[in-house]
Amino acid sequence: MARNITYREAIHEALAQEMERDETVIVMGEDNAGGAGAPGDDDAWGGVLGVTKGLYHKFPGRVLDTPISESAFVGAAIGAATAGLRPVAELMFVDFMGVCFDQIYNQAAKFRYMFGGKAVTPVVIRTMYGAGLRAAAQHSQCLYPLFTHIPGLKVVLPATPYDAKGLLIQAIRDNDPVIFFEHKALYDISGPVPEESYALPFGEANVVREGGDVTIVALGRMVHTSLEAAAQLAGQGVECEVVDLRTTSPLDEDTVLESVEGTGRLVVVDEAHPRCNIATDISALVARKAFGSLRAPIEMVTAPHTPVPFSTALEDIYIPDAQRIVNAVKTVTGWSR
Amino acid sequence: MTDTTERTALTRERLLDVYRTMRTIREFEERVHAEFATGEIPGFVHLYAGEEASAVGVCSNLDGRDTIASTHRGHGHCIAKGVVVGEMMAEIYGRKTGSCHGKGGSMHIADLSKGMLGANGIVGGGPPLICGTALAAKLKGTGGVSVAFFGDGASNQGTTLESMNLASVWNLPAIFVAENNGYAESTASTWSVASDNIADRAAGFGMPGVIVDGFDFFAVHEAASEAIARARDGGGPTLLEMKFTRYFGHFEGDQQTYRANEVEHARAELDCLKRFAARVTETGELAQADLDAVDAEVTAMIDESVTAAKSAPLPTEADLLTDVYVRY
Repeated sequence: MARNITYREAIHEALAQEMERDETVIVMGEDNAGGAGAPGDDDAWGGVLGVTKGLYHKFPGRVLDTPISESAFVGAAIGAATAGLRPVAELMFVDFMGVCFDQIYNQAAKFRYMFGGKAVTPVVIRTMYGAGLRAAAQHSQCLYPLFTHIPGLKVVLPATPYDAKGLLIQAIRDNDPVIFFEHKALYDISGPVPEESYALPFGEANVVREGGDVTIVALGRMVHTSLEAAAQLAGQGVECEVVDLRTTSPLDEDTVLESVEGTGRLVVVDEAHPRCNIATDISALVARKAFGSLRAPIEMVTAPHTPVPFSTALEDIYIPDAQRIVNAVKTVTGWSR
Repeated sequence: MTDTTERTALTRERLLDVYRTMRTIREFEERVHAEFATGEIPGFVHLYAGEEASAVGVCSNLDGRDTIASTHRGHGHCIAKGVVVGEMMAEIYGRKTGSCHGKGGSMHIADLSKGMLGANGIVGGGPPLICGTALAAKLKGTGGVSVAFFGDGASNQGTTLESMNLASVWNLPAIFVAENNGYAESTASTWSVASDNIADRAAGFGMPGVIVDGFDFFAVHEAASEAIARARDGGGPTLLEMKFTRYFGHFEGDQQTYRANEVEHARAELDCLKRFAARVTETGELAQADLDAVDAEVTAMIDESVTAAKSAPLPTEADLLTDVYVRY
């Protein structure tokens, strides 16, 4: 039965249910319990934002705190995955990929191909991303395009509590390495989530609003911003179809193309920097495969080509907002040829 | 240096196995060296000749529960852990019949069914991985031990140092084998390693560090045996440093102008096969005829593997896109 829980609770519930179901599932990361070796409480934190709080006592020996050594413990999770465990490692902020990326893109991503199909590496790397918490340049990035680029990785970006639970359960059961992106500004949003366990398949985008005038393709937090823009536009007589990609690898090309074939107009909204991001990727896809359907040039709404700024005044204009999406939709609807 | 006057007791059969494995590595590498010069072998090849006592001395203490991770100089570790020699040779030739169906090559030979988690093209790539396989063994209670072989170059990589720390913090059944062959590519380890010995670094990670004469099979076997037994008993990780030299360049084609004449000296005076043969014949545990028979058998096997590899089918275009994912 569904009840309203937060995105944070949905992720916790997915971990707890999978750990209950399958004893090979383990969790590791910095402060995932919290307080290791310290004189006060154990399970003091449950991760920096409390996602894993409570698992430590419920699953003794299966929630491992780590030193601040991302290369070592992300690599250990990958190694353990080749040896019969299903580890879920937490890379606290995706910005920290710089100190452990080799283990992800040169090791985990390549084992299966490089070893002639003989390796199975069912590892999940949960990581926090995105701007909005005034966390500045090294704790706010959206680096999912870098992971999407790498063959061998799967990249997942849930926008809602429902998707967070179902996609994380799929990620844990999946036999390939999965990078699971959690937007730090979404942890406290609530939504209906079934109590029972369920897995959502990868590579299936979700049409979260139907409309015949313009297709808005978005992902992660930008799905919510796009829905806000679409609601405003509906009041002005413009009906937008909002497509939530859910996963960037694999990518559900068909749902995007079908929508654009119906509307003839495309706005892609991506919180990542504008070069070589998901917006450019979707734009290229549509330009190649649905060119004949397009009635206007494609518009992209993205963050600027700058690091994420700290000041409230700057970060607020850095992050794509509903008004910019509305403007982009008006640009594509105003085009005539 | 550990000088073993006292030898770990090995049966005649095991001594023959050890000799056969070391001889197989030597013959494999000498043959790849010769074949590479003909231009038929594509890509980069890094040869292990000279270092055989390390791979075999360590791996002769391991069994099916155990996992190793290797380096770009990985042929010896693969052979010592039981990867099929014919498949390895085919892999080096990029053939479909290779260990990785021609998709990995010399630097990525792996056989997870043998506990061989891969040669590795990234210096320092292996140590984090074996922390994971050691963790899996510990949590599942298999009694398995994991070993990371790495070079003096990787001893300066953060991944290696982080992994030694993590292995101690988590008290993992992990062994770190630093193969100090004197050079990281062309750079001398006496210059690039700031401590006197790599083994000295073990103290910083709360584990024993042992310096071993890497040319002496018996010294390696004994040191590894002790470390592996301790790890199996829950006593945590050990760092072993093998000191020796490699007989060939960093890669095939390396003119080695940075080196003195240490290879000539090592081949003549220190060679692990010669020392092994001298010892076992001196004690009467094996006869020269036994060793000669192994030599002939190994030469024939390597000949056959080269012939088979050269005539084996290449992968086809259909193979290009397979095995990126289990399911996508």
